[in-house]
Amino acid sequence: MAQEQILTQEGKPLKQALRRALRREKMRSILLIAPLLAFVLVAFIAPIADMLFRSVENGIVADTLPETVVALQDWDPSTGELPDEAAYVALYDDLTVAVEKKIHTRLGSRLNYEQSGMSSLFRKAGRTVRSIEPGSPDMKQQLIDSDAAWGNLDTWALLKRYSGRYTPGYFLNAVDAEMNADGIEMKPDNERIYLYLFVRTLMLSLIITFSCLVLGYPISYLLAHLPLRKANLLMVLVLLPFWTSLLVRTSAWKVLLQQQGVINDLLVWAGIVDNTHRLVMINNATGTIIAMTHILLPFMILPLYSVMKTISPTYVRAARSLGATSWTSFWRVYFPQSVPGIGAGAVLVFILSIGYYITPELVGGTSGIFISNRIAYHISSSLNWGLAAALGTLLLVVVLFMFVLYDRIVGIDNVKLG
Amino acid sequence: MELQPYDSTLEKIWHYAFMVICGLIFFFLIFPILVIIPLSFNATDFFTFTPEMLSLDPAGYSFKHYMDFFTNPDWQQALWNSVIIAPMATLLATSFGTLAAIGLARSHVPFRGAIMAILISPMIVPLIISAAGMYFFYSRVGLQGTYWGVVLAHAVLGTPFVIITVTATLVGFDRSLERAAASLGANPVITFFKVQMPLILPGVISGALFAFITSFDEVVVVLFLGSASQKTLPWQMFTGLREQISPTILAVASILVTLSVILLTFLEIMRRRSERQRGMSPS
Repeated sequence: MAQEQILTQEGKPLKQALRRALRREKMRSILLIAPLLAFVLVAFIAPIADMLFRSVENGIVADTLPETVVALQDWDPSTGELPDEAAYVALYDDLTVAVEKKIHTRLGSRLNYEQSGMSSLFRKAGRTVRSIEPGSPDMKQQLIDSDAAWGNLDTWALLKRYSGRYTPGYFLNAVDAEMNADGIEMKPDNERIYLYLFVRTLMLSLIITFSCLVLGYPISYLLAHLPLRKANLLMVLVLLPFWTSLLVRTSAWKVLLQQQGVINDLLVWAGIVDNTHRLVMINNATGTIIAMTHILLPFMILPLYSVMKTISPTYVRAARSLGATSWTSFWRVYFPQSVPGIGAGAVLVFILSIGYYITPELVGGTSGIFISNRIAYHISSSLNWGLAAALGTLLLVVVLFMFVLYDRIVGIDNVKLG
Repeated sequence: MELQPYDSTLEKIWHYAFMVICGLIFFFLIFPILVIIPLSFNATDFFTFTPEMLSLDPAGYSFKHYMDFFTNPDWQQALWNSVIIAPMATLLATSFGTLAAIGLARSHVPFRGAIMAILISPMIVPLIISAAGMYFFYSRVGLQGTYWGVVLAHAVLGTPFVIITVTATLVGFDRSLERAAASLGANPVITFFKVQMPLILPGVISGALFAFITSFDEVVVVLFLGSASQKTLPWQMFTGLREQISPTILAVASILVTLSVILLTFLEIMRRRSERQRGMSPS
């Protein structure tokens, strides 16, 4: 039996009309979202993608020394022999052009990240190429005479290693490894800093998360069990710090924790601390932990509170009526129900603290700084952007991983503010 | 949180101990913020209470740090930059964000999860990474060191908050109201302004407040993206704290604390209004 088609009033098949209506509905939603999506893609996602690209991008050798790169293609450093005359001629030609464009020093400082001494070698090369006649014979010997480094196998091996357009070099640096003639290996112990810094960032973030939990749990419990009117009043004490400028709170801690600050003054006045032995609580890890615990505490209390509010008091009452002590009824009945709140708060505080920059910078000294501070240093002071990008990428991976975890536990749609 | 008649002595002791612990934690939360207010009236350039202040001697107090804030050109320029940049960023974030939240709340949105993840990402990515990426990218396109660069960056950072707050108000939104308006002959634009907008307005306003605070309080991105002429208030505070500890910071901080008290009051009023409108009893 042929199925009879249902038609709309205008005589079109119903299915088709419905599909069209659905498509129109989808188009409307897309049109509403599109402006913001485009804006975020251009102003935010593209910069992040640019940073990811920078962490592996390495066009500078190939762009500055194009002929040398070609000449080195068939050369194998493992033979232990220096490149032939043609490579030296190519290097001379490339350097001449580079010196004219004044870009040879940039290449020098780039390669200096991988091997120290390269920066001065290339600066010197600027003077060298002017003193050598173009087209003169035995270019190899002349260059080696100008600087013995050109007769060193390592220099050439380095050039060849970084002649590709992409490099794992920055990432290796970011985990304290390096690529040398024998392949990838870890740097000597005394030169390792980044792994240590990553570990410290993780450790301090864990300590901060834990102290937020210890301080936040009783407060959330109290707020969830007080009558609503009183709870809302006390909530103001949590929300006021939450809404107060980060820099205000950081300056407050600077004022309080200084050696000539309010807390030390109080301790001296109370006779607990001798005036000549004032406590050092700032410009070290202690300062970072105290200030950041204070700053992130509301981010622990708010999710914990919203979970605790939903826990019905009847379970605890039932436990008590069955003879449980108040501790047993809390620990065996109430606490397990509050675990989702702990998870939500802890992951949130951890994500926020791991990427912190301002507070560690101002109160962290040297022992309380995070990986972010090192990233900032490489962007604005050492100008090693590739390394900054690689460190940033690693940090981003950790944060995104934590965030996926958060999404599983809480769900991004359930984020509440204030 | 009340003592029960059947509580043992130990439980009674614990009850009072718990109250004391909570009091101490509240003290930890609030004391650092409040202590800077009296210190900001310090007549000396120190960051600590002088004996004159403790004995409540009027000579120990002065408005000189406030005077410095209102007369020093560095601070004034920073203040004006903040006052100009933050509203522009807020306007951009709120208008784009509200539209997108309304779009996302509709029933048929393809790739909703992925879109949401992208739109929320500025809130998740650590600021130093956003700042680094923007610094590299905005330099390439010539926006680094310009007002527009800072405004765009701050707007992007503020949008997730708008999305979240507006989405939250839309959860309680009754779609049949829209259909009722349509059946009475209103077109979608009129429906939006006359029916939808008044109901989601509290969410939009608190989203806008979040976006404003994000920009007004943001320092990491502006440090990298701005040049000296885009110096904002947080930037000036940051350099003031890092280089030489200028006591003017305490006056600025006290003003900002007062502002956040006002803001908090306003937000609370908005929240009650929103709950009343959605037929919940205000709590």
